[in-house]
Amino acid sequence: MAASSHAQMLDLYRAILRLSKHFSAYDYRTYAVRRIRDAFRENKNVKDPVKIQNLVNKNKRDLEIIRGQVHIDQLSSTDKLVIVNQEEPGPREPGTSHQQAVDHL
Amino acid sequence: MLLRAAWRRAIGAATPAPRPGPAAPTRGLRLRVTDHAPQSPAPLNTATAPEAESGLRPLYMDVQATTPMDPRVLDAMLPYLINYYGNAHSRTHAYGWESEAAMERARQQVASLIGADPREIVFTSGATESNNIAIKDLEAAIQPDTSLVSVMTVNNEIGVKQPIAEIGQICSSRKVYFHTDAAQAVGKIPLDVSDMKIDLMSISGHKIYGPKGVGAIYIRRRPRVRVEALQSGGGQERGMRSGTVPTPLVVGLGAACEVAQQEMEYDHKRISKLSERLIQNIMKNLPDVVMNGDPEHHYPGCVNLSFAYVEGESLLMALKDVALSSGSACTSASLEPSYVLRAIGTDEDLAHSSIRFGIGRFTTEEEVDYTVEKCIHHVKRLREMSPLWEMVQDGIDLKSIKWTQH
Repeated sequence: MAASSHAQMLDLYRAILRLSKHFSAYDYRTYAVRRIRDAFRENKNVKDPVKIQNLVNKNKRDLEIIRGQVHIDQLSSTDKLVIVNQEEPGPREPGTSHQQAVDHL
Repeated sequence: MLLRAAWRRAIGAATPAPRPGPAAPTRGLRLRVTDHAPQSPAPLNTATAPEAESGLRPLYMDVQATTPMDPRVLDAMLPYLINYYGNAHSRTHAYGWESEAAMERARQQVASLIGADPREIVFTSGATESNNIAIKDLEAAIQPDTSLVSVMTVNNEIGVKQPIAEIGQICSSRKVYFHTDAAQAVGKIPLDVSDMKIDLMSISGHKIYGPKGVGAIYIRRRPRVRVEALQSGGGQERGMRSGTVPTPLVVGLGAACEVAQQEMEYDHKRISKLSERLIQNIMKNLPDVVMNGDPEHHYPGCVNLSFAYVEGESLLMALKDVALSSGSACTSASLEPSYVLRAIGTDEDLAHSSIRFGIGRFTTEEEVDYTVEKCIHHVKRLREMSPLWEMVQDGIDLKSIKWTQH
């Protein structure tokens, strides 16, 4: 029981992280990635199965929120920030972003 | 993509046009054709603001003026902007009921953040309207022994935290009403209206990562505080503020308050660290920098620094890649130095050299480092050009100079 929740959590974590990197807005992208990593790190040692289930449910909801927001964000994208050259490559390689947007539908 | 390319070609055909928009001083952003290919599906709004010279947008470090919406807030608002469009005061159908339920849920979220009862929250169009309601109460109820104390919880220019709990204690013992404008403080520092003996509080949506155009006023019920409505009409919000409550906006405000309650500790820790980093790195590399405001009772997200021998406006213009301000947005059109800085006794020349750095939930370490680097570079450059700085370097005491009149 605990093992499958654990596996579920890892799947959710990877899914949320992967999705968050598709935000084209620098501030939202960096916040989502950072916040999720810190939240999972903070809750790493939670043992109570009820708490774990609550966290799983919360993360499922967050995943859906992020999915919707990434889609909207890509529709209303604007120029990059001046700082973006110094950051790890963003999600907007030419040619792929439209496909990504379609994937989210 | 095609729309945007066509727009750029049209702009390129003309020489750089003056920036359209309000008559407020521009920040030197010019329209320019850029040749970087648009990378995404056609943006929703092609009439975007002019870009910075390199086609890149500046960093946003002006969170005291306004904040970006948190994605969780937008997510909460969307259904009420699309399908759930009922008027919250319609009593006879599901559209009205679901809209009312959303409004009451939002009211509970706002109340919970400040330790109030939902019946004590009235939605308004923003903290300014709330302030006006609170102050109007004074005129309505004036008696020889009644008065009102109104204090900002966290100052929006220098970030100073006022001793609210102490003031509340004094007011309560003297039977004087206590109002606080908590626009910059709600959701950032813990507030409890009962512990702090607050009678009236103004809340602003767009300062806490919520939508613009909405706010709330907290009005204590026990003991009852009577306020007079600013606008009359259909009697909504218990007659205290007539007008259809804008469901999407209040849902956004409620969501912003709930998110703020969850994130307060995490945000405060991060913002404190970034604030420390910004101040230390600037002061380590530049002499003659003064931080305005009491360093002990200070909200870290609002850093106001004065750079001696550098004119504030010229530094702002130089820092065109970072969105900053030299005081509150409310007074930015006037050329007078900030009334706040004058009130704390800052010298005229230092008051003219002040810049306000805003650090918020979404600010990154990279943005802080970039800002610090640019700031150091431009302050040094401007000082090199300054004859006053040259005189100081030569050991002349500027205060001893007798300036002649021409």
